[in-house]
Formats: sequence, structure tokens, C-alpha cells
Amino acid sequence: MADEQHITEVSGTGVPIPGDDIDTDQILPARFMKEVTFDNMADYLFYDARRDDDGERNEHPLNRFEGASIAVVNSNFGCGSSREHAPQAMMRWGVDGVVGESYAEIFRDNCKSIGIPAVTTDHETVTELQAWIEDNPDGDVEIDVEGETVSYGGRTIDVDITDAMQEALVEGIWDTTTLMYSNMSKVETTAASLPYVENA
Amino acid sequence: MSDGTLYDKVWEKHKVTELPNGQDQLFVGLHLVHEVTSPQAFGMLEERDLDVAFPDRTFATTDHVVPTEADKRQRPFPDREAEEMLSALERNTADSGITFFGFDSGKQGITHVVAPELGLSQPGMTVACGDSHTATHGAFGSIGIGIGTSQIRDVLATGCIAADKQKVRRINVEGTLGEGVYAKDVILKIIQDLGVDGGVGHVYEYGGSAIDALDMEGRLAVCNMSIEGGARAGYINPDETTYEYLRGREYVPEGEAFEERKAYWESIASDAGAEYDDVVTIDADGIDPLVTWGINPGQVIEIGDAVPSPADFDARTDREAAERALKHMDIEPGQSMLGYDVDVAFLGTCTNGRVSDFEAAARVLEGNTIDGDVRALAVPGSETVRAECERRGIDETFINAGFQWRRAGCSMCLAMNDDALEGDEVCASSSNRNFVGRQGSKDGRTVLMNPAMVAAAAIEGAVTDAREYLDDDPTGSAGGVGDGEVAD
Ligand code: SF4
Repeated sequence: MADEQHITEVSGTGVPIPGDDIDTDQILPARFMKEVTFDNMADYLFYDARRDDDGERNEHPLNRFEGASIAVVNSNFGCGSSREHAPQAMMRWGVDGVVGESYAEIFRDNCKSIGIPAVTTDHETVTELQAWIEDNPDGDVEIDVEGETVSYGGRTIDVDITDAMQEALVEGIWDTTTLMYSNMSKVETTAASLPYVENA
Repeated sequence: MSDGTLYDKVWEKHKVTELPNGQDQLFVGLHLVHEVTSPQAFGMLEERDLDVAFPDRTFATTDHVVPTEADKRQRPFPDREAEEMLSALERNTADSGITFFGFDSGKQGITHVVAPELGLSQPGMTVACGDSHTATHGAFGSIGIGIGTSQIRDVLATGCIAADKQKVRRINVEGTLGEGVYAKDVILKIIQDLGVDGGVGHVYEYGGSAIDALDMEGRLAVCNMSIEGGARAGYINPDETTYEYLRGREYVPEGEAFEERKAYWESIASDAGAEYDDVVTIDADGIDPLVTWGINPGQVIEIGDAVPSPADFDARTDREAAERALKHMDIEPGQSMLGYDVDVAFLGTCTNGRVSDFEAAARVLEGNTIDGDVRALAVPGSETVRAECERRGIDETFINAGFQWRRAGCSMCLAMNDDALEGDEVCASSSNRNFVGRQGSKDGRTVLMNPAMVAAAAIEGAVTDAREYLDDDPTGSAGGVGDGEVAD
């Protein structure tokens, strides 16, 4: 069961996705959201950015770093629409964890909902890591969710993770449906106390 | 920490318990569902053999993928994927006992237009929807929260979301808006001043004389774009304008029950002595209409101003963003946006797809025709809006001017149907996002502006100060503008 999965560390090779304010329309263009499941979303990840004008794959990092598990991004990543299709596409492409300067809140929440740690650190540290991955495409990057560090190439850097995300992932309680479903009697009480909720 | 604000009160009233992960379990009083983000959530529910917990508090409509051309709305849609999405929603809502406003109901439209006009969105509620513009409903003094698909599953299964309480920033917008300056300009001004990530970690409470003076439709436009300012939610305290708007609407109680409900609404408004985490003041006196020059909503200027140079920005990220924007938009620093060529005019969306928006644009269009090279779409935010515009004859003004008068949907806001930009077309748009690729073409260029400005751009085939068209208004219909209540 998903709700028993403790995520204390994730690791693998990295993929740098440089750029600030990368919005979800770029991560997963809206025209590919017309499917009733997330199954094929990996095919559409950064669809436009990964192709040149005649539709051929270009030099986009996602094309060059196939098989990577750790995405390294810059600031305000995932801004714009609330579509969970964006992190779902990243996960299905192979991303198990994200290191970045900052994230849009809905994007980070969506990552938490599907068990992807999204940690933050400063601009310099992120760009150094991105450069290191460019030089070491086969090098291992490890996010220690519990210890709040990222290790690569013999280095260990401190990173930040929100308390809610850390707690949820480490304790294996990121499946909020299961978590909240156990409180249904309290939910009924709250609903009944609201003047606008009838027959609760 | 904030204290005594509407946000604090509504949060407290809806908090079920604290979760082991430190978040609060928050009851969702109104859950709005549409076809794009919900099928996967219903699927997850089925996998776990769970039922919808509060079908009576859940309402659905269809907006993102639906065709807006009348003759393409026959079922099944020729677009197989769109048909599949809509059928899935119809099936899921019917199976779960959720009210669905489909084409036949005459009430179909964009969730954030439909729920307010039916009186579903009310003060003191928590509203959730799998759509980032759920903040719109904050116009009533509710807390509107945009959520992802796994959270939709949470709400369907438990009636709740797991949420972190945010800080509250009070934004006092002071001053009087000039003729031809609208709520859209107010929120663009706020985003210009505070930035696209200025609201991260905060909800925005909008107030002050310029906000107080807005009608409900204007307030909806302001709250709608809270997310473009980085705030997860934005709201306005309810007042007489709010209560009068709600009176008589379909889902609002009548008579004594209305008065009882109103007592609750009044009780949740921020206290006079409420404490905020932050207070800022925005001067709205004498602002001009704003237009975006770049590829995020914060890259925006008042219409008379020059496009800035990357060097004008302090932050490295802003400088780099400006460089990308100038390149994409193919403009130079120092240039004016006035005269910037426009190929497409798009009027509609959950920001500006309400009756008063079409009225404001119609006032500009009256007696004019659009530029022969411009493709112009008027897409009502809901079928209710469309019917009301047609009752008032506003549709005639659009059609006579050369606009296509469409049926309700999101349309070219995100181009999930046939309405899309082609190549590097420039669109004068009343929508809320000018991100690269947003309107369906990766080279397409979006210039965000208020509805009157969209109309003027359509006439001129270029970005224009719409106020030029207001001076010699032959119809004298000025009384309609800004007074956007749906009549009845
Ligand atoms: S009109 Fe645009 S912003 Fe509003 S709900 Fe539809 S797609 Fe989203």
C-alpha cells in the first residue's frame, strides 16, 4: 500500500533543468492533458522545449540525460497552473526527487502528494550542482530526506525541506487520503457545525 | 502571526484536526469539479473502493476542453479525446450523485464563473477546485484553494484537504479608478508592484477604497489573479455589495434563512483590529490601463510607459526573465506597447468573461468594425452570461463589429479545444496568463489587458488605449460600465 512507503532518501543520476519561472505550461503543455489517466504523461514532459522546429529531439537536458532520477531546477519552478500532470509526468519519466532554488506552492504540494521530495538550496549551490551533473552525467546524486542533505561527487551540502513534506515522506504518511479518512467522524462534526452545510 | 482576520476565522471553523505531518485537515465546504483534473482522481477513488463523501457539497461543470462553436457542440464531439473526458465526467458525477451543469442545463461554463453566479460561492466557505484560479471565489470572502489531482481525490474521499496555514498580507488599494480603468488593471498593478512571486507563502486580503468601490464582478477579477501574484488564495471581506449580489441567487437561501446566513457572513469578516503578517498599500489613483509586455503577468506596464530594459531590474532572475521576454515578444526596451501589432483578440475567461466585461468591450465596439486582419473571439464565461448578454443585445454589437460570438468555455485561455494561436500570432487577451505556449502555439505571443482594451486592439489591429474610444461614445451607454450585476 502506498501509505506505508517511507521515503528517507532518493538517489540516481541527475538532470539539470536550468531556468527560472519554469511554469507548468512548459513542463506539460495543456494540449496533452486531454487524457483521462496519467499513464502517457512521460511522453509529453517538456514536449515543446525538447523539440526543435521540425519536431526533432533537440539538445534539451531531458534528451541528453535519459534515465536520470534527480532533477535540479532553479527558482519558482512549477509556477502557473495547478495541474498535477506536471509532477506526474516528471515522476513517470523517472524523476524521484527534485533539488531547486524554490518552487511554486501548488507544485510542491503536488510533489508531496505523489511522494517526490522537493528540496531547496541557494542559487550558487544549485548552479554548481547543475554544472557538476553536466560534467558527470553518470555521477550519483543522493537526496537524504531525513538528514536534509544532498550528496554528490564526494561532497555533501545542506538543503531545506518543509517540515510537512519531510514528516510525510519519512513517516510514510504522504498519502493524505488514508491519513484523513481515519478522521471521518471528526469531519462530520466539523461539517455539521457550519451554518451553510445542510444534512451533514 | 495573523489574528482576527477572515482567513484566521474561516480556517478555525473548517479545521478538523491537526495531522501527524503537522498540516491541518481542513473541511472543504464547496468542491468544484471539471473534466480535466478530475477523471484521474475518480479513478483513484475507484481503485480504493471509496465513495464520494459529500456529493451535496460537490458541483461539476465542463469548461476546459469543450468546443465553443455552436455547431461543434453536438455529441459525440468530433474530438475523440475531448468526448472521452466529458463522458467520463458525466459518468463519474452521475454515479456519485454530484450535480453536473452540462450543456442541457443552460448553466454550463467556467467553474469560476458558474459557481459565483449561481450563488454557490458564499462568504465564510472554503472552496477547492482542481484549478489554480480557485482564488476567484475569495471575492465573496471565502478561502478558495487550487489543488492538484491527488488532493481532489482527498476531497472526494474525505471532504477535506491537508493544508498549511499561510501568512496574511493585507493589501490596501487606495484611490479612485479613472474612466476606462478596471479591476483587471488594479490586479495587474498589484502584481507589477509586488511581483509574480511576491505572494508566495501568503494569502492576500484586498481592501481599501478602490476595492470597496468595485462591484462583485470586478472583485472576482481581482481575486482571480491572486495566483499570478504568487498567493495561493486572495479574498475580500464581505460587505453590502456582496450580500446584495447574493440575494435571490439560485443556491442562496431566502427570507429569514437569508438573514441567518448573513449573520454568519458578517461574523467572519476581518475584525477592525485584526493583525496581519504584512500590510502594503497600493496607490490606484490615476493609474492607466496596464498591458503585459513579456511572458509572465508581472512583466506589465501602464499603457503610456516604455518597455523596460533588463538593466532596470535589481534581481538577477528578473533581468534574465526580461531578456527572455524581450526575445520572445520581439520588442526592444524603450519601445511603447502602443501600436504593437495584434492578430487575434480574445475576450472571455474566468478573469474577464462576465457580463460587465462584455459590456465594457461593447461600449468600445459600438459603431466600429474590427481590423480586417484580426481574428476576434468573444467567449462568454458561462451560458448564463451568454444568455444575459443576448437578452441585452450585447451579442449584436460584437457580431456587427466582426467578432465571433461563441458558446461558453475556457477556449483560447489555454487552447485545449480548437481555439488556439497559430505560429507567432499576437493575441490581445483578457485572460490571466501570458506564459510561452499558453494559448496553444509555442511561438504565440500574449498581451494581457482589460476587456475594453481587447476591443480597441481588435479595431486597430494593434495595442491601443481604449479610452480614446470612450470620449466620443455615441450611444451614451456609459451607465452600464462598471455596474456589472447580472440583472434579475
Ligand atoms: S478560463 Fe483559463 S484560467 Fe480560467 S479556468 Fe479556464 S483555463 Fe483556467
